[in-house]
Amino acid sequence: MASNSTLDFEKPIVELEKKIAEMRSLADTLDIQPQIEELEQQVERLRSEIYRNLTRWQRVQIARHPDRPYTLDYITHCLTDFVELHGDRNFRDDPAIVGGLASIGDTRVVVVGHQKGRDTKSNLYRNFGMPNPEGYRKAHRLFSLAERFSLPVICFLDTPGAYPGLEAEERGQAEAIARNLFQMAALKVPIIIVIIGEGASGGALGIGVGDRILMLENAWYSVIAPESCSSILWRSWEYKEQAAEALKLTAPDLVDVGIVDRIIPEPVGGAHRDPEAMFTTMQSVLREELSVLGSITTSDLVTKRRKKFYAMGVWTE
Amino acid sequence: MAWFLRKSKNISDSSPAQREMPDGLWTKCPDCSTIIYRKELEEHAYTCPNCDHHFRIGSAKYVSVLFDEGSWTETDREVRSADPLDFVDTRPYKARLKEAYSRTDLPDAVTTGTGRIYGMPVAFGCMNFGFVGGSMGSVVGEKFVRAGRRALESRSPFVFISASGGARMQEAALSLMQMAKTSAFLTELAEAGLPYISILTDPTTGGVSASYAMLGDVIIAEPKALIGFAGPRVIEQTIRKKLPEGFQRSEFLLEHGMVDMVVHRHDLKKSLYTVLSHLMGGKRG
Ligand SMILES: [Zn+2]
Repeated sequence: MASNSTLDFEKPIVELEKKIAEMRSLADTLDIQPQIEELEQQVERLRSEIYRNLTRWQRVQIARHPDRPYTLDYITHCLTDFVELHGDRNFRDDPAIVGGLASIGDTRVVVVGHQKGRDTKSNLYRNFGMPNPEGYRKAHRLFSLAERFSLPVICFLDTPGAYPGLEAEERGQAEAIARNLFQMAALKVPIIIVIIGEGASGGALGIGVGDRILMLENAWYSVIAPESCSSILWRSWEYKEQAAEALKLTAPDLVDVGIVDRIIPEPVGGAHRDPEAMFTTMQSVLREELSVLGSITTSDLVTKRRKKFYAMGVWTE
Repeated sequence: MAWFLRKSKNISDSSPAQREMPDGLWTKCPDCSTIIYRKELEEHAYTCPNCDHHFRIGSAKYVSVLFDEGSWTETDREVRSADPLDFVDTRPYKARLKEAYSRTDLPDAVTTGTGRIYGMPVAFGCMNFGFVGGSMGSVVGEKFVRAGRRALESRSPFVFISASGGARMQEAALSLMQMAKTSAFLTELAEAGLPYISILTDPTTGGVSASYAMLGDVIIAEPKALIGFAGPRVIEQTIRKKLPEGFQRSEFLLEHGMVDMVVHRHDLKKSLYTVLSHLMGGKRG
């Protein structure tokens, strides 16, 4: 999965790594092993240091890293026996939302998620992970299927937003998202939501109502992307960093306001640095969450889920 | 500038497009430029007698258009926006709120209460586009649910008028969650077999359109209202094309099957009553 994309704030790490590589090439002729080891420790210290003090905007950049695992990567590595199901039975299959049947351990589940592409070609195919109404309607169909066959649902959220296109509006983007919120709120099976990358606005929430809201350490979730927020409130695209700060869009921020239930830690350096470790963590978290939800009766589940969302919001009176 | 186009003193907070109809003695129709006397405007339910332009009006005027005289009781007026994130952009959110209170004398972007329509008790909410662009924050979500609860408790229908540019950005993810909160509540109303009528007025976009506005058992739109998820400007920037005339207007949505009917504000009370009578008149065994 490695690519050459380095985030700005990672440059000091990359510089040091280059230096180590150079020294290694000299190690045959010179006895510099101790110095190399010293530098390697220094790199690890620097990396932890940088990743301990990430700004909100830096996290947004990690959430968008082109090497970051996407929905299908989690499905492939954390679940087994995946059967992808296609189409909304009405218009077309939307590749920006994928879904189907799978197992995790001995639990059968329905899994749904936004899907981004990795290169130009696959990004065009996936529409950069921006669903059209038929994507939400495919998800709606799969949620119904889950309910009918008593299968818990896992949703992976990772989208820059619902597609703002002419045909999307014609076919009822707003209605498609609204219908899912309504359906998910009272769906009679457990629903686990995991925000794995970008959680932008209604386009993310459209498959994001559930009993447990989990979020990866470096994912972001808000009502608007920092750039768009900057352009509207500051009337310029230049204030994205301030906008990211103001929006308080990181996992710890969202735990603070009672929206996110649990932060899933990422490997130091982000999920893309050690995908295998990320998949292992994800799998064990999902198993654990499924087993807890599995012990709650259906009517309690729906009552609790609705109450959970009723509690969201801050006001005075 | 002509005296009948009075502008509020402070223009920094909202563009003219964000505002509701001015409260002057005379008003000029933005569509056909007819000068309309206030009394005439009232008699025409705040629409232009010449061209049927529907002026943007707030909750107080909708209450006068829809409810039997003396039947209206406002509820939860004391529920006010907090500033949970200490949000500051070019100005603090707190300052924006303060200014909105003093300019509009409204409790927030929504007013709720109960009233009667030709004698039929109804739980009701109406958005105020003049308050921070009718944006949906925690207060809108909370008051929507409370107004709907009154419908549940009194077993009466729930009617809600939308007018909103979308989410209240200054409440960030909390405002996003109001979409889920309000939609979740509507499942309770549906389970109780009570009708929920959604009325869409100009404009109904963003997070409001993608939640309770599009979830009505019956959806009524006022003529020529802008209704959609993404704003026309964002769509034009995305597809790099001019949008066709009438795109995202009520009549366009009717044609595409997204609303049940387009009703002139004149006839709104009557239509609402007829629909509610039908839905409440089923024989339950
Ligand atoms: Zn006119």
